[in-house]
Amino acid sequence: MHIHILDQHIETNSIVHRLDPRVKLVSALVFILACALTPDGAWLAFAALGVLLLVLIIISDLSIMTLMKRSIVALPFALAAVTVMFTIPGETLATIPLPFSAGKYQLSISDAGLVRFVTIMLKSWLSVLMALLLSATTTFPDILRAMRGIGVPRVLVSVIAFMYRYIFVLGDEALRLMRAREARTATGSDGRRSGGNIIWRAKVVGGMAGSLFVRSLSRSERVYQAMVSRGYTGEMLWLEKPRLQGWHLAVGGLFIAILAAIEALAWLS
Amino acid sequence: MLFSSYSGPLPKPEALHIPDGFLSAPVAVLAWLISVAFIVVAVRISSRTLDERQVPMMGVLAAFIFAAQAFNFPVAGGTSGHMLGGALVAILLGPWPGLLVMTAVIALQALIFQDGGLLAMGANILIMGILTVWVGYFTYRLLSRFNGYLAAFLAGWLSVEVAAIVTAALLALSGTSALAVVLPAMAGVHAFIGIGEGLITAAALALVQKALPGFFDHRSSGGRTDTATLFAGGVVLTLIVGILAVFFASGSPDGLEWVAEDLGFLGAAQESPFQIAPDYAVPGISSDIAANLLAVGIGILLLFAVGYTVARSLRRRQTQSA
Repeated sequence: MHIHILDQHIETNSIVHRLDPRVKLVSALVFILACALTPDGAWLAFAALGVLLLVLIIISDLSIMTLMKRSIVALPFALAAVTVMFTIPGETLATIPLPFSAGKYQLSISDAGLVRFVTIMLKSWLSVLMALLLSATTTFPDILRAMRGIGVPRVLVSVIAFMYRYIFVLGDEALRLMRAREARTATGSDGRRSGGNIIWRAKVVGGMAGSLFVRSLSRSERVYQAMVSRGYTGEMLWLEKPRLQGWHLAVGGLFIAILAAIEALAWLS
Repeated sequence: MLFSSYSGPLPKPEALHIPDGFLSAPVAVLAWLISVAFIVVAVRISSRTLDERQVPMMGVLAAFIFAAQAFNFPVAGGTSGHMLGGALVAILLGPWPGLLVMTAVIALQALIFQDGGLLAMGANILIMGILTVWVGYFTYRLLSRFNGYLAAFLAGWLSVEVAAIVTAALLALSGTSALAVVLPAMAGVHAFIGIGEGLITAAALALVQKALPGFFDHRSSGGRTDTATLFAGGVVLTLIVGILAVFFASGSPDGLEWVAEDLGFLGAAQESPFQIAPDYAVPGISSDIAANLLAVGIGILLLFAVGYTVARSLRRRQTQSA
């Protein structure tokens, strides 16, 4: 297994790929903040944000289809927002009779509620796409270095870096435990699993989590000793930060200025 | 595919991972501020109390929580859930290192899998990193004197339940969901999901105690800040509840106005008699929301009291039989 399975970074060499990761991380965050700030029903502003994103995707030479497919991840959460369609006051657009009430109760969709729901979905979708664009054009170590560059505590960045490195090792460990569970669990011809009640099953999973913890702990001990034997003194060593070049800052500044203009227009109109 | 030879379903995105776009900017920023404050304190305390091996250890243990979330747990009806791990990590490592471990897990999930947003990461860290860890630790420390397993179960259950309630509250504050709908829904569903978390937490703890009997003695000798930590836990919980309460009571933020209108509409709607919880969705004012929240809070306190009493009586029986 290779660590690059985890990394969504796509190896091409566009301007967006070459842009300083710090600039990219801050720009992506400002874009997502701009999405959150855009008022309800400001369709022109959302269109502008979408066009901006599309331009970046095209410059980055990424497959739009792949990004679209990956951007569905946040959709299940839409369930949380569905309720606003029915609860925000406004002109009734449509009514849905509730089942089992013989038409006595019904839900009504208001125009303001629909606008709010569509707005939330658009904000979420644009933000997810921007996050995908970031992770598709930046390697994970670069994102980590950018986090360090914008002042995220060293310990936290180091913990994430270690975690990233060991996810596969412990993922494989977890797989072995799950395979052992499969191998020891009979499945009947009707497809039903044998096994006890919910407490019994929780005990099995708890035992798996517990033994994974024990194995992780002893592995972290070995990792630490291996590092000490190679000169680790408790201080993480990073390659020297490359200096922030002028044109990177200019590109980032331009991007943020465009976002500010879009937001200003959305709020003034 | 996350793991090479794993063909089963991938762990589903936890219902508690809030994506970007679902929180209003003020709520997201406020959550970030609270989370950053806690992370800064956690970094300070962890680097003071732990030696230099902490960094590799916590990194590997963060990977442990990430991997443990892949253990699916068959629940009734062919569905399966998986654990969150906040309470377990808090009991095993203590609240401050646990907080850092959970923060690392949440950050990686957001950065790589888009599981939870970047702007919403502050809220996700607050909910799944800070609240689950502190609620779990607090509950366990308070009740483990009486019965360790029950304390671990309640720690797991309560951490998920509180996390779900605060998720609902943040969504309602942002005007993304109607409180009267999302609060009972989240609290109700996670009351069941939390049972799995509680049982797994207790079982995992039992195994660690059996496999590494010296682990806890070693840690407790190093943890000299027991009362201080417990006190901090109480302050944390009060603070978060207090901030939410102020938000709900003041009536000034946008999010709240939305919710207030929602509830007013719910009750006053004549042409669409849409009532989800007629018992407490009384038409009108924002104080009803506070009442709503209060009711949930009292419910949790009651459950807590029941757990405490049960644990106590169990302990008494144990000491009598011994």
